[in-house]
Amino acid sequence: MAADPLDDYIDAVAKALALGIENAWRPAVKANLEVSLRLARMVDDFALPDETEPASIFTA
Amino acid sequence: MILNPTGLSAAEIAQAVAARKITALSVTEAALARIRQHDTVLNSFTDVTAERAVGRACAIDAALAAGEKVGPLAGVPFAVKNLFDVKGLSTRAGSRINRDLPPAARDATLIERMEASGAVLVGALNMGEYAYDFTGENVHDGPSRNPHDPTRMSGGSSGGSGSAVGGALVPIALGSDTNGSIRVPSSFCGVFGLKPTYGRLSRARSFPFVASFDHLGPFARSVTDLALAYDAMQGGDADDAACTTRAIEPVTPLFKQGLGDLRVALAGGYFQQNLFAEAKEAVSRVANALDITRTVELPEAARARAAAYVISTVEGASLHLDRLRKRPHDFDPAVRDRLIAGAMIPAPLVDRAQKFRRWYRAQVMELFKTVDVIIAPATPCIAPKLGQATFVLDGVELPVRANIGIHTQPISFIGLPVAAVPVPLEPMPIGVQIIASPWREDIALRVAFALEQMGVAVAPQPRGL
Repeated sequence: MAADPLDDYIDAVAKALALGIENAWRPAVKANLEVSLRLARMVDDFALPDETEPASIFTA
Repeated sequence: MILNPTGLSAAEIAQAVAARKITALSVTEAALARIRQHDTVLNSFTDVTAERAVGRACAIDAALAAGEKVGPLAGVPFAVKNLFDVKGLSTRAGSRINRDLPPAARDATLIERMEASGAVLVGALNMGEYAYDFTGENVHDGPSRNPHDPTRMSGGSSGGSGSAVGGALVPIALGSDTNGSIRVPSSFCGVFGLKPTYGRLSRARSFPFVASFDHLGPFARSVTDLALAYDAMQGGDADDAACTTRAIEPVTPLFKQGLGDLRVALAGGYFQQNLFAEAKEAVSRVANALDITRTVELPEAARARAAAYVISTVEGASLHLDRLRKRPHDFDPAVRDRLIAGAMIPAPLVDRAQKFRRWYRAQVMELFKTVDVIIAPATPCIAPKLGQATFVLDGVELPVRANIGIHTQPISFIGLPVAAVPVPLEPMPIGVQIIASPWREDIALRVAFALEQMGVAVAPQPRGL
């Protein structure tokens, strides 16, 4: 079976952020990431005008 | 006449103390005794600040004896979620890791304001780890328990706050709400809760979770007490970058004026889905009492919930990134694994979620041109059993944790003020959200008070003690 690209992604980001992920946690991390990405894609799919400002909270 | 302090509301306590019909010390001692008696079951407190409370109560009694004026919360016991800094305590925020922090050098702003109004802090309250929770369970301290059935969840993440007020251990508690953490425990524990407008109440010297969405607010057993606490805590604060510079807008003179010509509508679509019968019944009772005939649709509410989820997990991960590197074994594993996943969301998706937030806010503001109040369920169900992982809704098995806050998240996402009101169903209460436009807490509380006057929204006496 081909390796899941998400596993490679988790390895790469964990390395880039210096996050250790033990094998026992990995399925839960992956499951959570799948949910988060699914919801993020749902937002991504919604077309917004280029001029849309993010909802920043900082005011100087 | 000597009053028995047990069972008095905050307003009644303050009036009786000010009139010297009862002492602040006797009220404090009664609250401490009730905590000792019942918190073995509820597990709502992680710290009881008895010595401080007695000292504070004696100071109020001495001030009264000297003829000095006292504040509108004179002698009223209150407690705070343990993410508020309490001078002398490490701010654990439900975690094991934070217990290693030095004791706080100063109280949170909201504690200072409550005490400046005469209230008496009696302790700090249990919560879900780092506020990333809807259940009230905590692997380090054990779960806070539901005062109407201790085998059930208190709700999270301000579970101890809901449990302590629902169990009548204290008349007022403070909590935080990022995605629903005041409204969910209010619903499960059968109490009133106020999540004010984003930026209304200072968060200074409280432990954060998601800077974009974090709010602080009160829990109480009546609208009058909720308003008293809220008014005591209002005001700008340079120590919180998001705190408003608006003038204080007291609600106490406003919330009893009746419904008048307020335009009230039910939230349709998304907010009428994924509900158990008890949630539908609670909303129906409120709708009937308010004679609501109109339904409005908050556009793209499901996407709003998705965006809130994404921003929460990413900002939470950013907050805890170094702790995830250095002390991953000291987290609740469920919290840790969610946060690690949050650290892996690509940045453009987060930016898009914040842009969507701007769009969604504008759409909802359009709605508020034609309505003043929107009614929605607070939770899809009554409090689940402790440890319950799934529930079956419309024949589909769903995870409990992920679905408890689905009706609260699209509202806090854009910082709208909400009063959560308890509908006393049998065998368990359940809450309804009274949602107003930004900065109109007075309107949400007007409707909440009207429902309380009609007997539709009532904090039931604790049934599980």
